[in-house]
Amino acid sequence: MMTESNQSATTARISTYMLTIVLIVLALSIVALLFAVNAFLVGNEVVAGYLLIIGFIAMGLSAWLLFQSRRRVTNLKIEAPKIMTTIECLKCGFKSVREFQRGDYVYKELDKCQKCDDKMVITAIYKEVKEKEKSYNV
Amino acid sequence: MAFVPGGDIISQIIYAASILLFVVFMLYGQRIQMYVMIREVEASLYKLKFIKEEGRKITIETIKEIGKPQTDPAARVDRYLEYFTISPQSMDPAGIVYKLDHILDVRDTRLKDEVKIMAPASDDVQINNLENTLEAAMALNFIYKVVRHYYIQGKKTLSLYVIMQLQMILPLVMKEAEAYASALKAFAYGQPIGDGAGPLVAAKLMHGYETRKVPKDCVVATVPIEGRTAFIIKAEGPGGNVGKPGDAVQAVIEENEGKIANVIMIDAGLKLEGEGVGEVAEGIGAAIGGPGVDQYKIEDSLLKYKIPVNAVIIKEDIGDAVSPMRKEISDSVDKVIERLKNVILERTKEGDKIIIVGVGNSIGVGQ
Repeated sequence: MMTESNQSATTARISTYMLTIVLIVLALSIVALLFAVNAFLVGNEVVAGYLLIIGFIAMGLSAWLLFQSRRRVTNLKIEAPKIMTTIECLKCGFKSVREFQRGDYVYKELDKCQKCDDKMVITAIYKEVKEKEKSYNV
Repeated sequence: MAFVPGGDIISQIIYAASILLFVVFMLYGQRIQMYVMIREVEASLYKLKFIKEEGRKITIETIKEIGKPQTDPAARVDRYLEYFTISPQSMDPAGIVYKLDHILDVRDTRLKDEVKIMAPASDDVQINNLENTLEAAMALNFIYKVVRHYYIQGKKTLSLYVIMQLQMILPLVMKEAEAYASALKAFAYGQPIGDGAGPLVAAKLMHGYETRKVPKDCVVATVPIEGRTAFIIKAEGPGGNVGKPGDAVQAVIEENEGKIANVIMIDAGLKLEGEGVGEVAEGIGAAIGGPGVDQYKIEDSLLKYKIPVNAVIIKEDIGDAVSPMRKEISDSVDKVIERLKNVILERTKEGDKIIIVGVGNSIGVGQ
């Protein structure tokens, strides 16, 4: 319960801060776009062009900030890796892999082998990691 | 008033803005940089707080699930998270190893007793696992508090250098915190961790042979390898336990009156960036981490009888060492055994007695 309230507090804090900045930048971009329209109607096309660029850059920036805040919130997760257990018959070599179950440990004896009736043994418990590291070619 | 003679209004505004920006950055550049750093540290601090709270939650849930306590263990867990250990005074370093050993023994006993009170329905294996879970939660709590301390200090003093130092080490601190967060579940469920590479090799060598207990919290099996008699030592599993390999090696050497031809130690070793996880390397010396007590005891015994010591390490980073064991590390066991056999054939004679020690946490590794 406590963790949930803390998490929501953290999320709210980040969102409020980001939201303020996003709103300010968004308001400025709208003002710039309105000025651009006004300048275009008056016939000052160069000024309208500048204001359009400024307006769109500001809008892009606010969208980027919003994306950043969303990413920060989704980062607040502890990922539980998938753990696999390898079960082996040491007599006939029959092997099977299943997901880890509580109580599993390496060299724990399990049920009889499907092929030779000898007891199966857990020979490995591991997680598989997909390497995200960059190759630096050095 | 025109800033640029003959320029239109837009050029004037841009010119004025650029001069203003230049002045602002010249006068307040460092302060702006500091605020950016503070924001970065703050974001990491929130993440650390979340991880710490998650650790606490997992610990309490595991105690409730396994230990079936009559009362809510939350208050006791909170007290436990604040535990500290004072290392012995080192002004006169003579005898400090045994003083430290004593302090660590007292700490271990105290923590185990606390866990027994918190989780009365748990057996010895579960008590060890819960102790490890609590230690990981303690580590997370400590990391959070230290980072928060420097963050607040930096904000209070507005010192760029305090904030800068914190911001510079933050990626490493976060990596360690994430590793401990990952370790929490591994300890709670009794899954082998990367640090268990040494015990895993020892377990493979001793599997099927009779084992006996040796002090403290270790097991030894007598196994014939390549015509030699090998005493294989590891911490007793499958509970989370590193044992005291120093005492175990001393005991086995004394039992054999020092007639040991070689001691080979297998441990997880820290890899450098660019090195692969699960790579195997060979060297000389007592391969064992921790506070140094066990290394001292092993070296002391080896020196007494002039016994050579060799080491085989399995490379991994700090994150891999405390989180569930990676497949590369699990797969490296056969490579280690191959290297071990080479060392045995090259460094000892047939009929010799040798000691092989699998150093590390035996969580999730039986024998």
